[in-house]
Amino acid sequence: MNKPAGGADTPGYYRRMQAAVEELLILRGVMTQDELDRRVTDMDARTYKRGAQVVARAWVDPVYKARLLAEPRTATAELGIDIGPTHLIVVEDTSKVHNIVVCTLCSCYPRMLLGVPPHWYKCREYRSRVVREPRAVLAEFGTALPPDVDIRVHDSTADMRYMVLPLRPAGTEHLGEAALAELVTRNSLIGVGLPNAS
Amino acid sequence: MAENSTRSAVSPLFAVGDCVRVRNAHPPGHVRTPYYCRGHIGVIERLCGVFPNPEELAYNRSGLPALPLYRVRFLSRELWPNYSGRPNDVVEVETFQHWLESAA
Repeated sequence: MNKPAGGADTPGYYRRMQAAVEELLILRGVMTQDELDRRVTDMDARTYKRGAQVVARAWVDPVYKARLLAEPRTATAELGIDIGPTHLIVVEDTSKVHNIVVCTLCSCYPRMLLGVPPHWYKCREYRSRVVREPRAVLAEFGTALPPDVDIRVHDSTADMRYMVLPLRPAGTEHLGEAALAELVTRNSLIGVGLPNAS
Repeated sequence: MAENSTRSAVSPLFAVGDCVRVRNAHPPGHVRTPYYCRGHIGVIERLCGVFPNPEELAYNRSGLPALPLYRVRFLSRELWPNYSGRPNDVVEVETFQHWLESAA
């Protein structure tokens, strides 16, 4: 399906399809233009900073972490984050196991917590290789794991969505929750990167 | 969505720790079972709940009765010939019950 993307002057296939679907949603009364605009604005406002906030809280509060792993929906709601109908699973990195998230079939992604997925997450190369040669893919992201760490790849093929709870970087004992959240990268929440060192 | 469908749901056949084999089938349509795990043996990691069958939803049907959805854990070295990683590396795949058979 190599459809031309189209330049600024000539709308391409996907731009025309998008416009057609928008018009149909409004013409058929599914939603108004205002509602549609609000949805788009809401989606644009969601970024991985939400996930970073959740991770930082889990790092400073072990009881919260336990709730996050057991009941992600209520635990994220405690921080004012509504994940809607998403069935979230938070997978915790340890000194022995490193988690990575992929959707080999399409591009399923925990948008309510991480926003819009990066381009590479949707690409065939990432989707096909990370299940088969995860360390080679990690290396290309500049990520090296200790030699004694096992890898657990989560393929979100159906109704679950995944976020990684990465390890808290060493030497961050003096940092508060807000400063810790700044260390959390988007890639560390997908598992292809690690949080920044302080 | 999922929870509301439990009244017309198929009962779970497998428990955590059970050995299962993914059917090596190739039906047409909107199938959510990756090719790479078909025919392979894994272990039930958890039951995720019951969800309408996506193979039916894709054609605007109800997808009911809802089906048990599991996370199945496969050893990477069992999935891939000449896997070069660590022996305990795994891939975990969400798989609907009608794709699984007992491998005990």
